[in-house]
Amino acid sequence: MDIIGQPIDRKDGKLKVTGTATYAAEFPLKNIAYGVAVVSTISKGHIENIDTSKAKALKGVLDIMTYKNAMQLHQFSSEGPGSGKFAEKDLLPLQSERIFYNGQYIAIVIAKNFETAKHAASLVKVTYNDEKPVFDINQPEAKIYQPAQALNGASPKTERGDATGALSSSAFSIQETYNTPVYHHNPMEPHATAAEWNGDELTVYDATQSVYGNRAAIAGMLGIAKEKVRVISPFIGGGFGSKGFMWGNSILAPMAAKFVGRPVRIVLDRSEQMFTLAGRRSFTIQKISLGADANGKFNSIRHDTTSETSFVDEFVETAGVATKILYDTPHLDIIQNIVRLNKGTPCPTRAPGEAPGTYALEVALDELAYKLNIDPLQLRLTNYAEKNPDDGHEWSAKYLRECYEKGAASIGWASRNQKPGNTKQGKYLIGYGMATATYPANRSKATVGLKLYQDGHAVAACGTQDIGTGTYTVMAQVLADSLGLPIDKVDIKLGDTIYPQGPNSGGSQTMATTGPAVRAAALTVKSKVIKMAIADKKSPFYGQAEEGVMVDNGKLFLKSDPSKSETYTQVLTRNKQPMIETEITTNVSTREPQKTESNPTAKDGNDKEAGSDNKQAGAKKIGASKDETKGNPFVKEDEGHDRKNMSFHSFGAHFVKVLVHPLTGTVKVEKIVSVMDVGKILNDKTAKSQIMGGAIFGIGMALMEGTVYGPTNGRIVTKDLSDYLVPVHADMPIFDVQFIDKADTNISPIGARGAGEIGITGVTAAIANAVYHATGKRIRNLPITPDKLI
Amino acid sequence: MYPFIFTKVNDSAGAISAVGTNPHAKFISGGTNILDLMKMNIEKPELLIDINNLDFKKIDVQSNGNILIGALVRNSDLAYNATISKHYPLLSQALLAGASAQLRNMATTAGNLLQRTRCYYFYDTVMPCNKREPGTGCSALTGYNRMHAILGISDKCIATHPSDMCVALAALDTIIHVQNASGKRTIPFADFHLLPGDTPHIDNVLQPGDLITHVEIAALPFANNSTYVKVRDRASYEFALTSAAVALDVSGGTIKAARIALGGVGTKPWRATAAEQFVAGKPANEETYEAAAGLALKDAKGYQYNAFKIELAKRSIISALQNTGG
Repeated sequence: MDIIGQPIDRKDGKLKVTGTATYAAEFPLKNIAYGVAVVSTISKGHIENIDTSKAKALKGVLDIMTYKNAMQLHQFSSEGPGSGKFAEKDLLPLQSERIFYNGQYIAIVIAKNFETAKHAASLVKVTYNDEKPVFDINQPEAKIYQPAQALNGASPKTERGDATGALSSSAFSIQETYNTPVYHHNPMEPHATAAEWNGDELTVYDATQSVYGNRAAIAGMLGIAKEKVRVISPFIGGGFGSKGFMWGNSILAPMAAKFVGRPVRIVLDRSEQMFTLAGRRSFTIQKISLGADANGKFNSIRHDTTSETSFVDEFVETAGVATKILYDTPHLDIIQNIVRLNKGTPCPTRAPGEAPGTYALEVALDELAYKLNIDPLQLRLTNYAEKNPDDGHEWSAKYLRECYEKGAASIGWASRNQKPGNTKQGKYLIGYGMATATYPANRSKATVGLKLYQDGHAVAACGTQDIGTGTYTVMAQVLADSLGLPIDKVDIKLGDTIYPQGPNSGGSQTMATTGPAVRAAALTVKSKVIKMAIADKKSPFYGQAEEGVMVDNGKLFLKSDPSKSETYTQVLTRNKQPMIETEITTNVSTREPQKTESNPTAKDGNDKEAGSDNKQAGAKKIGASKDETKGNPFVKEDEGHDRKNMSFHSFGAHFVKVLVHPLTGTVKVEKIVSVMDVGKILNDKTAKSQIMGGAIFGIGMALMEGTVYGPTNGRIVTKDLSDYLVPVHADMPIFDVQFIDKADTNISPIGARGAGEIGITGVTAAIANAVYHATGKRIRNLPITPDKLI
Repeated sequence: MYPFIFTKVNDSAGAISAVGTNPHAKFISGGTNILDLMKMNIEKPELLIDINNLDFKKIDVQSNGNILIGALVRNSDLAYNATISKHYPLLSQALLAGASAQLRNMATTAGNLLQRTRCYYFYDTVMPCNKREPGTGCSALTGYNRMHAILGISDKCIATHPSDMCVALAALDTIIHVQNASGKRTIPFADFHLLPGDTPHIDNVLQPGDLITHVEIAALPFANNSTYVKVRDRASYEFALTSAAVALDVSGGTIKAARIALGGVGTKPWRATAAEQFVAGKPANEETYEAAAGLALKDAKGYQYNAFKIELAKRSIISALQNTGG
């Protein structure tokens, strides 16, 4: 049976549901102490005095680390993919008395137990010299400017033709402004780090989307060799981008452990700290103009975004990024501006750019469709991009038309009454909406170490992460398939810098990146065993051609005569080989990663830190000692699909049905149909979960999410999960997730593109469009809460 | 969280004597609110007295038809009680509209009466709050006040009473049974919670050493035609923007009697007596409902972010009246 695509359960599912999967904060370390953060309560100024006497006097308090006594840190600059990025380059924690935002680190109280540390933290008394903060874009002091570069070094401005001129000469046009609020990631697992020094060697148990990235950043900031640092992160309870860049907890735990001379664990508080010390998505103000002829054919698109950043780093929420490639238009203008505010620093948030950007663009399309009185779906088909309109390249594969067709059929799009506010189901108004989804198909470099043992089981290791998406399971499926083993005979090791270097878990690239490396390593090992057998006089395959020998279920057999067979175990035992191993790196030399969640300066992926060079201190190497990439035929067949000549993107469509209470304005999403073209599906269950999760994000964005900052001081008002609303079970609609499931052989021999972040793109717009269809009310400020509909 | 002494008692006398005259003693039953408040350094009891062993866990129908509910009856048990769900659907629905299943399984009847406001600023110890620290000022007046009250407010406090259960109890003739060192007494529900006035830090009329033992609901035959409408930003685990508990006695298209109470809008559970009196004798139609809703919100005052509640509360009442009156 073909294991690829099967909806098998997660290999780590039982561990997780029984609470036995060990997360960063749960490693039992001998003599561990607990660090609790004290954070600033003003938005701008200087610390005048920190009085720690009362806190220090508590029994069990070991010490208190502040800017006055903390070790000096070094600036660390990101060098490229997987090489790490500290989220606030101008605010290394506990280095000065300056305050840039409310909720900033000002002390770490370290005690023998958590409760004492927490109580002591509340006894630290801080006085400040206040300065007037700029926390609202409407303050006169707020300066809007164009950044030198956007995410991943992209230009903040894209011009094609004359969008402004074309707009004024268009027969029909719309110009509207769309606002999205600040969002917080709110992963189930809070940011957490435990650090333990052994001489000059450091082990860090960290909740991170990038063990290699954090290793480099921690070593760089501490000013020690990265080989001295080991980062371990076997399970991550969600990150959504918030654990892509490195935050203070990852460096403060090692600092604190050094400070008190014993291991220290720091876990961020669910209320407040997770809202100020772990990133967020910026608000966006998006002005969109669409110009078209009477048939809806675009003549001009303008997408002008303003987002915010902090005073200690520059992060740009590139909302116009998808607008560049989604529809065919001769004239296009995309502008990105930002403003610095005294608020915590934003960072990538699941589908950075695309999530708010596709909301605005896809609602704008809906508005134009109603203005022209044409079917919103037809408008998208009229402007279908047969090639990438940004660079004129062919798509590696694109089946968006099929997505539209399947989605429309599943929701009953054709039979709806297009007139808004005109259809009822019982006492509820009903509405249908749709939108396009898109996300780049990223892939970068990965090294995988593989061992096939004499007893017939295999272990593959890679220093990437399973952030809850199913990486353990799907990598096992690729390994089992390529090696010809049953799924229960393969094991995957992830989340540790003792393993060869893998990608950061960002930009929906993990499977597209690691899958081909697992495959090449497995085929290499299989080939070694077959070669061993055909050279072995005692083997039934002696003297046969390598191509004539197949493997299935751990058994080698002759293609022309399957009765001739023997197992991996028999070959290895007879040849006295305890195991066969390899280490393979895959990449595409000319590939240009388009964006990843934690790498703002992605270049060509050819960073120096190849897995085979990894000299991890204090670690037993899991990967093979020998890099067998060079000249490897299985690596070779993965090359030659040049990113400079082809565009790699995934596409999809969401169709939504909503019910709206006509009196109270309460919106219930009844059904979401999501049809995705993400290449070959490796596991139908985990892939569907990803798309469903994205759709749930979309429900949150559309109907309830948004961080509120106090109108008088810039302090977060909705600073816990009681006041910051995310969707709950009772909000869930019927989900119908479908895949085109056609392999994109241009991205890799496996044909799988990322199936993560695309799920959230477009769905917010589809819901907003459905609410308009139900009520005739166009809400351009998210979220669409009952007060805006009455 | 500040250190505290924890003790467990087995009867009401033990509970009352454990408190003595200590103003810093608190009872704990379900703990669904006080533990959060303690963790956030808002409540700092020196002594926490666990009363879960007390024998106030039954729901009894009295000979006069009244329902006597033990103080420790869990919200879930009360909501799913056959008598309550059949004869007082507004109470059952209000309970099930509150919190989440896990919280309802822990939260008790008396604890629900005593839950504190969910005002953002009450919970943020960095910000001034007259309810938390008398005399410091009200941050909500000029702050983000979208969830705040529009009825019963003062210039010292505009925090809502957050309970759903209490809205249903306000609509019914409810009596609260209290015991202390000097004996037993009863408090009519309408007199139990206090308006903020100049003393927003005092939520209710209980004194140190008072123990709620029961909540008694008077027999009300037409309460079987009742409903609880709650409007909120998500479908579960969220406090009301506005809510309405309505019971109607309708006969031949005419309203004979009504009970109307509101949630999410008042600084205490809000009985709309004027609206009740208005609809009595009127035809059960849209015109009556709209007039009643207008009357119920006549004295409402909105602030920068919550002015929408005036209209939304009216619509909640109309929706609840439609559900019960046709």
